[in-house]
Amino acid sequence: MYVAVKGGEAAIRNAHRLMAHERRGDPEVPEVSAAQIDGQLALAVDRVMTEGSLYDRGLAALAIKQARGDLVEAIFLVRAFRATLPRLGATEPLDTSNMAIRRRVSATFKDLPGGQILGPTFDYTHRLIDGALDGFAPPEPATAAPREEAVPRVTDLLGEEGLIEPSPRDDGSEPGDLTREPLAFPIGRDLRLQALARGDEGFLLALGYSTQRGFARSHPFAGEIRMGEVEVEIFVEELGFAVTLGTITVTECQMVNQFKGAGDAPPQFTRGYGLTFGHCERKAMAMALVDRALRAAELGEDVSAPAQDEEFVIMHSDNVEATGFVEHLKLPHYVDFQSELDLLRRLRAEWDAAALKEAAQ
Amino acid sequence: MSEAIATERTAYNFAYLDEQTKRAIRRAILKAIAIPGYQVPFASREMPMPRGWGTGGVQVTAAIIGPDDVLKVIDQGADDTTNAVAIRGFFTRVANVATTTRTVEATIIQTRHRVPETPLNADQILVYQVPIPEPLRFLEPRETETRKLHALADYGTMHVKLYEDIAHFGEIATTYAYPVTVDGRYVMDPSPIPKFDNPKLDDCPALQLFGAGREKRIYAVPPHTRVVSLDFEDHPFAPQRFTEPCALCGATGVFLDEVILDDRGGRMFVCSDTDFCNGRQAAGHRGRLAGNPIESGEGADV
Amino acid sequence: MTGGTVSLATVALAPGFADPVFDAQRAFRSVMAAMARPGRIEPLASELAPPAPMTPALAALALTLADQDTPLWLDAALMASPEVAEFLRFHAGAPIIADPAAAAFALVSDPRAMPLLDAFAQGSDAYPDRSATLLVQVERFSGASLMLAGPGIAGTATFAASPLPDDFVERLKANRAAFPRGVDLVLCTANEIAALPRSVRLVEAA
Repeated sequence: MYVAVKGGEAAIRNAHRLMAHERRGDPEVPEVSAAQIDGQLALAVDRVMTEGSLYDRGLAALAIKQARGDLVEAIFLVRAFRATLPRLGATEPLDTSNMAIRRRVSATFKDLPGGQILGPTFDYTHRLIDGALDGFAPPEPATAAPREEAVPRVTDLLGEEGLIEPSPRDDGSEPGDLTREPLAFPIGRDLRLQALARGDEGFLLALGYSTQRGFARSHPFAGEIRMGEVEVEIFVEELGFAVTLGTITVTECQMVNQFKGAGDAPPQFTRGYGLTFGHCERKAMAMALVDRALRAAELGEDVSAPAQDEEFVIMHSDNVEATGFVEHLKLPHYVDFQSELDLLRRLRAEWDAAALKEAAQ
Repeated sequence: MSEAIATERTAYNFAYLDEQTKRAIRRAILKAIAIPGYQVPFASREMPMPRGWGTGGVQVTAAIIGPDDVLKVIDQGADDTTNAVAIRGFFTRVANVATTTRTVEATIIQTRHRVPETPLNADQILVYQVPIPEPLRFLEPRETETRKLHALADYGTMHVKLYEDIAHFGEIATTYAYPVTVDGRYVMDPSPIPKFDNPKLDDCPALQLFGAGREKRIYAVPPHTRVVSLDFEDHPFAPQRFTEPCALCGATGVFLDEVILDDRGGRMFVCSDTDFCNGRQAAGHRGRLAGNPIESGEGADV
Repeated sequence: MTGGTVSLATVALAPGFADPVFDAQRAFRSVMAAMARPGRIEPLASELAPPAPMTPALAALALTLADQDTPLWLDAALMASPEVAEFLRFHAGAPIIADPAAAAFALVSDPRAMPLLDAFAQGSDAYPDRSATLLVQVERFSGASLMLAGPGIAGTATFAASPLPDDFVERLKANRAAFPRGVDLVLCTANEIAALPRSVRLVEAA
């Protein structure tokens, strides 16, 4: 006698209870708070906000806690929450030239107006596990008088000589929104940058790396990486001017790439652009490399490498989509598997029979 | 602060989606019905369940369901598979609709990988969860290319692929997600149902809607539409056949799951459609392993 | 945006759906059923009392399907009543435009004077869904009978509506000939609807 497996509902309930239990870890150890995650795992929060497309530190920290530190899961939680939020309006474009700079480095000029500002960085640290970090009271940071004047962007300085392509002109058209409209390829740079900003850091890192190794070599220089606070403004129809809603932290990377000129474009530097919420420097740099690679067709270059292939890059960069489809392989597939099993048995029987016949001859 | 936001937002709209999203999905559904078999792009939303786990079907169901509906959700033909349980629970929670496991009682049936054995009627809507809506995807990975092929009704590569199967295996080696032609125009992926179920799509009295959330496509087969599985004159389409009846209800001519009973080669075949099988057993039908029914309690799940 | 510019005229504005969620859901199920079974008459009861000459069913269709993302084109008879445009702008938030080829939905209250079907967005062979849906108000579902076949129809079905343009049959045939491009029609009286999607074929009565 055979009893069919039942009790899916109870099994799911129990699995979720067990997961909640394990999430808490050892009850003898104090529980981590969202505020602690926000403050002490700040770069994880930055990544979740960036790829979750929602600037809310507390919510991202809570999502990381709920996801037990699985950042892709936390990004998914933030995205699903974001999907239900009402749209109250669109802000003015951010003006990163008016950033209150905390970090600013350029690889293209030794010194430049505004100077090089290292800020909080892992760069030049010795990657030695610090056994004394737990319970360690950090030193007071070195301070300097805050800089009052705006720091010009390196690309703007180059622009004065006409040696770099200008920023695309604002043609007044509304930027697209891939979360509200289905994509139809080829897509514009606006949607591409939106997709890359939401895209998986690891995927973009690997693609950006591939362009450095010759798969769409684009001769990049890190023209500038800047991180700091920018004001977010919204235009109020009734008032007739923009008002500030607050400030957010962003990281911007402008790659400067060699370009020999093509068609009616003179020899000049071209740009790749990366922008993230918070301090996601690796992501911003990788994004800028991939953005530049994806401009191949626009700039009249050969499209031959994976990083230049718009449909390939954009359709596979979203880790919420990718993780869902990869992980769906866990779901039952026994109907299809049964169909394949049946076919394989038949093909195998025919093959065996043929082999037997051949041996007999 | 954000915790407060997260907790105060427990009240969602009926069926979870906001009305503007529902309207966009509804417009896509109407175009899908008007152009049978054509994949309509839609702005698929990020749902509180993973992409690839039925978000397309869930969005279609959420856009059409009302308080008078009775919902049935199946996965692999069964109502009690874990993902079917989770999706049914979602609609109970966000739409408070009546649910059933009985095919005949349902007004909307959301399914993954099967068409119920009980013939559907004109008052029912079958909503398929679709992972890859593009039947040409495995021949041509680019949407930009497949869209052109559909525009030109150029399905030559598909026929070549099927014919290569015949040359190599002596038959078409596609056993599920077997492509069909809808009303003589669009080649369509019926979703990964076994080809056993393909004939049920043809001239079906119920409306059939297909939702692919991750791939952001909706398509439809209106009632009584001609749906033909691709084949060749000398190699006509042939659905799977099972040599033995269901071990529990004795049914023949239905799709069976193979169940491994022990590590000595013992196995049996049982209906994949649990409601159909239960209905037959309740009516007194018995298969070879169902002679001595035991109350099946809540066992360990797999 | 809905309610963006509320004027004093709002006081006299006819109300929209009493229950926007469930009224729209019910109306959608009617129009989906109609689209799925071309020519079959489906009830579309609505308590709306829209400004004349719009019927309650036409108003219910518009409020169910249209919003800020769907430009509407109104025929001359509807445009003659400013209250109609205001009703649609306020309750659906939909922009009203003059170019029929750019409209997602076209609302027709005087079918005899309606433009040819190919005056409206036809979609492309690659994207046939980027095409208009015509919401056409008729007086009754009777008159000269058409014989329909195709998806949604078991065998054949008869359909009649009045008034319609004299050459309506030719227009429908031309629409079908352009398949998969074309437009889809939803016809309505005061409280009933029927659809003629582009998939429908006209057959000669036996």
